[in-house]
Amino acid sequence: MEKSSAAIARSPVAVERYGAMPAGVWRWGSAMLAIAVAIVLPFTLSNYHVFELTLVMIYAIAVLGLNILTGYNGQISLGHGGFFAAGAYTAAILMHRYGVPYWATLPPAGLICFVLGVLFGLPALRFEGPYLALVTLAMALATPQLLKYFDTWTGGQQGINLVKPVPPAGLGLNQDRWLYVIALLALLIAIRTAANMLNGRTGRAWIAIRDHPIAAAAMGIDTARYKTLAFGTSTLFTGVAGALSAIAVGYVSPESYSLFLSVSFLVGSAVGGIATIGGAIVGGFFIQFVPNLANDISDAAPWAIYGLAMLLCMYTMPHGVVGSIKPWLARLVLRAAAQRATIGRNDQSDGGTS
Amino acid sequence: MAPILQLQALKAFYGQSEIVHGIDLAVEEGGMTVLLGANGAGKTTTLRAICGMVRSEGEIQFAGKRLDRRATEDIAALGVAHVPEGRGTFVGLTVEENLRLGGYTRPRHAPANIERMYGYFPILAERRRQQGGALSGGEQQMLAIARALMMQPRLLVLDEPSFGLAPRIVDDIFKIVARIQREERVSVLLVEQNANLALELADHAYLLETGYVVASGSAKALADDPQIRRAYLGY
Amino acid sequence: MHELLQQVFSGLAAGSIYASVALALVMIYRSTDLVNFAQGEMAMFSTYIAWTLVNAGLPFWGAFAITLIVSFAAGMLIERVLIRPVENAPVLAAVVVTIGLLLIFNSVAGWIYTYTVQDFPSPFPDRPLFHALITTRDLGVIAVTLIMLLLLFLFFRFTSTGLAMRAAAQNPVSARLCGIRVGRMLAIGWGLAAAIGATAGIMVAPVLFLDPNMMGGVLLYAFAGALLGGITSPVGAVVGGLIVGVTENLVGTYLIASQLKLTVALALIILVLVFRPNGLFGTAIVRRV
Repeated sequence: MEKSSAAIARSPVAVERYGAMPAGVWRWGSAMLAIAVAIVLPFTLSNYHVFELTLVMIYAIAVLGLNILTGYNGQISLGHGGFFAAGAYTAAILMHRYGVPYWATLPPAGLICFVLGVLFGLPALRFEGPYLALVTLAMALATPQLLKYFDTWTGGQQGINLVKPVPPAGLGLNQDRWLYVIALLALLIAIRTAANMLNGRTGRAWIAIRDHPIAAAAMGIDTARYKTLAFGTSTLFTGVAGALSAIAVGYVSPESYSLFLSVSFLVGSAVGGIATIGGAIVGGFFIQFVPNLANDISDAAPWAIYGLAMLLCMYTMPHGVVGSIKPWLARLVLRAAAQRATIGRNDQSDGGTS
Repeated sequence: MAPILQLQALKAFYGQSEIVHGIDLAVEEGGMTVLLGANGAGKTTTLRAICGMVRSEGEIQFAGKRLDRRATEDIAALGVAHVPEGRGTFVGLTVEENLRLGGYTRPRHAPANIERMYGYFPILAERRRQQGGALSGGEQQMLAIARALMMQPRLLVLDEPSFGLAPRIVDDIFKIVARIQREERVSVLLVEQNANLALELADHAYLLETGYVVASGSAKALADDPQIRRAYLGY
Repeated sequence: MHELLQQVFSGLAAGSIYASVALALVMIYRSTDLVNFAQGEMAMFSTYIAWTLVNAGLPFWGAFAITLIVSFAAGMLIERVLIRPVENAPVLAAVVVTIGLLLIFNSVAGWIYTYTVQDFPSPFPDRPLFHALITTRDLGVIAVTLIMLLLLFLFFRFTSTGLAMRAAAQNPVSARLCGIRVGRMLAIGWGLAAAIGATAGIMVAPVLFLDPNMMGGVLLYAFAGALLGGITSPVGAVVGGLIVGVTENLVGTYLIASQLKLTVALALIILVLVFRPNGLFGTAIVRRV
């Protein structure tokens, strides 16, 4: 009973496949397709819609930051609006007071928010669950008040008006489309960075700490260091998003960074899928569009519709949109693989009994 | 005598994994049946299936009623008292409160039952106002059994009562269980790793291995079987 | 000194409101492992129901009693219909559901009753007592809270349903094995919490004036108070709520007014939590490996 080389070639044990092609090809293909659509889209839509999509991407980066902290590392934050504001005001003050060009404000905004996150993350190590929620909640509440208090820097209640970026000549892009491109680039870099971290050693440490902190510590993972790092990385992402929002909107004021923003980020996170990367994009869409849709449906009680949307999302997809799709896809793959395995075995046994 | 509990082709699952692969088992009324087997054989899973705590397929008959597809609390109200692995003591509540909870489904007789339990387990009477969590392992085991008996059950299901206890305490507990079985006329389904002790007390025995029943019969027959003696009794 | 005592007493009155809501939060946290962020808005809605009844001509205490019953039933219904679907889901999903409920209650109240600030009658006349150390109204609020706490204590300590609820919260698996319908106990817990919240809302409405956003600040202080006391401890909830009430009042009077008062009060509470991360009476969650 000799196994023919043809039978071995048909063996299903090799590469994870969806249909005829390896999984990796599918993932790259769909990513490339999504990027292609994203590039073409602004040229088919009105300026206003392009602007809305820009905001979607900015929120997606912010939510991605929250996903890293709460989804992958298990530390809840009701205060990310505060870090978003920190990034926004950093960019605004640099541009307004010091004439820094808009694109150069992103690294300092990110760095400052990283440091803020680490400074916050250190004492946060002592708190868990609802206690951490309170501490972050306090920060979210304090943010508008602090912004109004330090008015020499922040412009107080009035906020700061900014000049929107001018698109570089010769590209044929208007202002809205240029902002869209910047946001898209930032989002792609953010996703790539996040994916690298999350799929690597750091990500595994974060997940281990989230799921079983005692076992993680017993395995030699420096829990304190990684948790603080998670905080800083998370606030870096959200801070950069904040800076981008200041640039895109052209205006910062304390009112925009209320508790509601922090709650929106959390809700967007949950709806998209808290421990996913793709979920952040879904979250961005949710934050940007659902309140407006709610207003269209009922202008008497729009927030009731928004709340209802939240409830329906959680009932139908408690792990978020992407969180629910992933295992479903995985099951499809398993079933297909099992089918091919049976066929493969049948082929082999046929080949053998001769 | 008709069996008070009958399992037919019972499969039990933890999530997607099938742990018990279609077993048949009967507990005679008024008797003690023991379920033996090594770790991971599926003994606890079987007991959990009987009490509706895990997903199962197949038939579970108890005193003429079907138990499968009933909720745990309904099964308890029907007269099946389960003393779980690890005792399941309400550690934040007092001994007396633990007993009162056992009597939740038989409130009228509860005060009299509590006194009877103190009769079987005098140490519990001494500690009646102490928190459940402050009791030693042996005392918690007694409390768990007493709590189960407060339900005036027809079937007492015991999951590894000897676990983690010193041999002297185990002896005491099993003496009391035997006494209770006689005086209260309750049927007992016992899961034990301590095969020696269990086979001495029980009438019937089943041997479970990786989810299958590989031997069954009277306890004496299994105790005398040389293969079982070598594998499980150590001699 | 006189003024200090005055502020302490009026702080205790506010604190008893926070203590009540904090107790409701702790009850739900112990049984469902969830912070009910909608507790304040539920209480606000109950208060509007009481207001409607009083405006329809019912005597105050009659309206109060009916509101409590309606709130209890509504709380049970909310648990059964709206919370049960996410009870076994990730905690975040349940949190988002309570936030959604918060928005729904707030928005619907605004829609039905408008955002106009309304007067709400108090059953207690507002007269100074004991050399103006405390008003009769504040004393009344504290008394109502104490009576409610006493009734709850008696219920949980001496009735079999109360015992069953404690058991279901501590160890639902063992509770089921004793024949206790754990789901029903959870629903009763939510009903009680809703009734407690309604009491708090009705007591505070004469002071804060009735509008859909009335309970926002109260919920925040109650949440802080519950954590200060230890989120798993009912005694802690009451003590924490009272401390927060007094602190808020003293901070507002002696340190800083209006806007930053909340921030400063929260900062103080967090400072305490840094030294006692599980609250004053909370027990550290012992994780077995």
